[in-house]
Amino acid sequence: MRYLIALVVTLLPFVGWADDWEDRLIFNEGAEGPRLRVISSTDTVLFAPVIEGFVAQNPLISVEYLVSGTADINRRVRATPEAFDVIISSAMDLQLKLANDGFALPIEDVPAPNWAQWHHSLFAFTSEPATIVINRAAFEGQPIPQTRQGLIETLRNRPDEFRGKVGTYDVRQSGLGYLFATQDARASETYWRLMEVMGGLDVRLYCCSGEMINDLADGTILVAYNVLGSYAAVRTEGKDALEVVLPSDFQTVMMRTAMVSNATAEPQAAELLLRYLVADGSAVPEGSSPLPLLQPRAGANGQETISLDPALLTFLDGLKRAKFLSAWEDAVIQ
Amino acid sequence: MTTNPTVSGSLRNRLVLTLIGGAAVLAILLFFTVRNYAAKVAQQGQDDILGASVTSILDAAALRDGQLEVDIPYAAFSMLTTPSDDRVFYAIFQDGKFLSGYEDLSIAEGPVEDRWTFQTGEVRGERIRQVSASRTLVGLGRQTEIEVALGQTQDALADTLDQISRNAAYLGIGFFLLTAALSFWVTSTTIGQLNKLTTSVTRRGPQDLSPFKKPVPKEMAPLVMSLNSLMGRLDQSLSQSEDFIAEAAHRVRTPLATVRSYAEATLHRVEREDNREALKAMVRAIDESSRAAGQLLDHAMITFRADHLEREEIDLVILIRELVQRLNPIAEMKELTLSLTGEPSVPYSGDPILIQNAVRNMIDNAMKYAPSDSTVAITIIAYPDPQIQVRDAGPGFPPDEIDTLTRRFERGQNAAGTIGSGLGLTIAQDVATAHGGSLILKNRAKGGACVILSL
Repeated sequence: MRYLIALVVTLLPFVGWADDWEDRLIFNEGAEGPRLRVISSTDTVLFAPVIEGFVAQNPLISVEYLVSGTADINRRVRATPEAFDVIISSAMDLQLKLANDGFALPIEDVPAPNWAQWHHSLFAFTSEPATIVINRAAFEGQPIPQTRQGLIETLRNRPDEFRGKVGTYDVRQSGLGYLFATQDARASETYWRLMEVMGGLDVRLYCCSGEMINDLADGTILVAYNVLGSYAAVRTEGKDALEVVLPSDFQTVMMRTAMVSNATAEPQAAELLLRYLVADGSAVPEGSSPLPLLQPRAGANGQETISLDPALLTFLDGLKRAKFLSAWEDAVIQ
Repeated sequence: MTTNPTVSGSLRNRLVLTLIGGAAVLAILLFFTVRNYAAKVAQQGQDDILGASVTSILDAAALRDGQLEVDIPYAAFSMLTTPSDDRVFYAIFQDGKFLSGYEDLSIAEGPVEDRWTFQTGEVRGERIRQVSASRTLVGLGRQTEIEVALGQTQDALADTLDQISRNAAYLGIGFFLLTAALSFWVTSTTIGQLNKLTTSVTRRGPQDLSPFKKPVPKEMAPLVMSLNSLMGRLDQSLSQSEDFIAEAAHRVRTPLATVRSYAEATLHRVEREDNREALKAMVRAIDESSRAAGQLLDHAMITFRADHLEREEIDLVILIRELVQRLNPIAEMKELTLSLTGEPSVPYSGDPILIQNAVRNMIDNAMKYAPSDSTVAITIIAYPDPQIQVRDAGPGFPPDEIDTLTRRFERGQNAAGTIGSGLGLTIAQDVATAHGGSLILKNRAKGGACVILSL
């Protein structure tokens, strides 16, 4: 870890700051009005229709859409809060901590249900389950596991086929991965057994859902655990090879959240975008948006949406995080 | 006749103001008491949760291989969830050294009296309620103290307080309105008793000086008692003077009659014209005095009978016809015609002597002022009230005196040349009042007076 930081620090001067994005796109570039800088963890492919819808409604506003990882977003916003107007991330815990620490601008009277907002400053606008994505080729003639327990048994029974071919988030790098991992660990002991089994099979660790799905698609890995359902759904479209499994024992559902930066130079435009995001969920007919809309809470079949409440701070505590990561490393890195 | 009393302040206003002022003070007191109490309870609620949370964090601290581990339970922060999504800050210190959490939070200074120390402070521009607590961990040959500070903003508390304040305000206003209404009611019932007494004093007939018998509240008993004794004394002196007048009139009348008969006898014997004139004047003066004495007697009799009114079933028409027949000779002497018209029969319950007397005075009056060869018209009607109207063709009443003519010994300006005592209309008026009716004086459009005895 320390080496990694040292590496980043050494390389930083050589890498242009502005180019240091996973993706960067400007919508409605010619607009004469304000330019919103949106930092987001959502891939441009998924989010572009939303922004396009927004600039179509507000032709005077242009949007600079910057994509980065969840943990990186947290770091950047804390370092330069004035550099961003709207912050969108799937890591609810990091977002809540940002809001709790005062980085979010409170916005009154946003028509969001109480459970989908926090302190009038953090607003949820999608609900996306964590899924298991499976390459069908590996399960030819075999039943596809529908639960974590089933997955554990499958991996245990055929260790040679799956060695080096399972993947999950590197929770040390990915904020969302860490959120899913901590919520899973809270929900069931099965998570730790699954991690141990995966660790025993030389699990591949990823920073982001996108790469994991790419590797799944080309057969580098056969099973990916805790992949974001929305990404999986987009990537598996038209690809019979991949199957998205919503685990039937329990599901962890994340809500993508947005906030307006407290240091924004364009509060009005930023508020417009935020209201558009929240309203979009109810305005757009289902199926037309690539992002899954906000679901009414406490859905059937054991879905558990992570609550937007201060408990999310728990696993972000330095001591707690260190303890969790060491337990995770013990299980996964063998 | 009536002198207005000197008025200083109003009992009603004083009562209402005192009661409403008291109610307002009480309502404000109630508001602040409820609010303060609620604020305390709400703060206690937040403190309890903060205390429970900090305890659960402390309980999760352990020394493992000499290393401090704090495994914050998920519930520790989860229980701090509030409807207003209050912000949460915490800091963990080991032996006074910052370990984890928010560095801008510090442990409460000062003596630790309880296991939890609460304080209200400001962190990141927000008012927070903070709890501090500590715990000593003993490991192998090592002792370490862990301190935890946990702060929470007070938005939910403020919301709750707002709501409670609003409800307390409604309560206070409701209490005030109720009390105000009550005080109006209480005041009006209290003053009502006074008004009732006033009304019963006002409603009394001019001759009614009997004591008040209706029950009154204890506080008003002395007033009524002194009123009764005052009226008793008044009644006594009044009846004494009435008796005196009656006695005097009676004593005067008999010798007057004697003097008159002598004067008439003398008149027949006297031949000289100037002596005859003097005697005639004398007889006229004696007639006037005698008549006045008679009316004084009548009046005394009427006052007595009106005070002790005894009603009997009578027919007004028969009663008046009898009277008219009796008065016809006098009318003929004055070359007047008395005409009686109206209903064939008007039954009425009253004192026949009084009514006859009243109507006789009315006809007497009319005959006095009616010119020769005219008719005094007497009409009896039954509806809406039994009425006896007496109309003459005389000069009528002077318009500016019409209201005062029924007073005792009051005579019209145009009565100078006429015999009269000024008691006639007063008697008629007293009779009407005694029967619960009234005497109405009018001038006829075609000239002449009209007196209506309405029973």
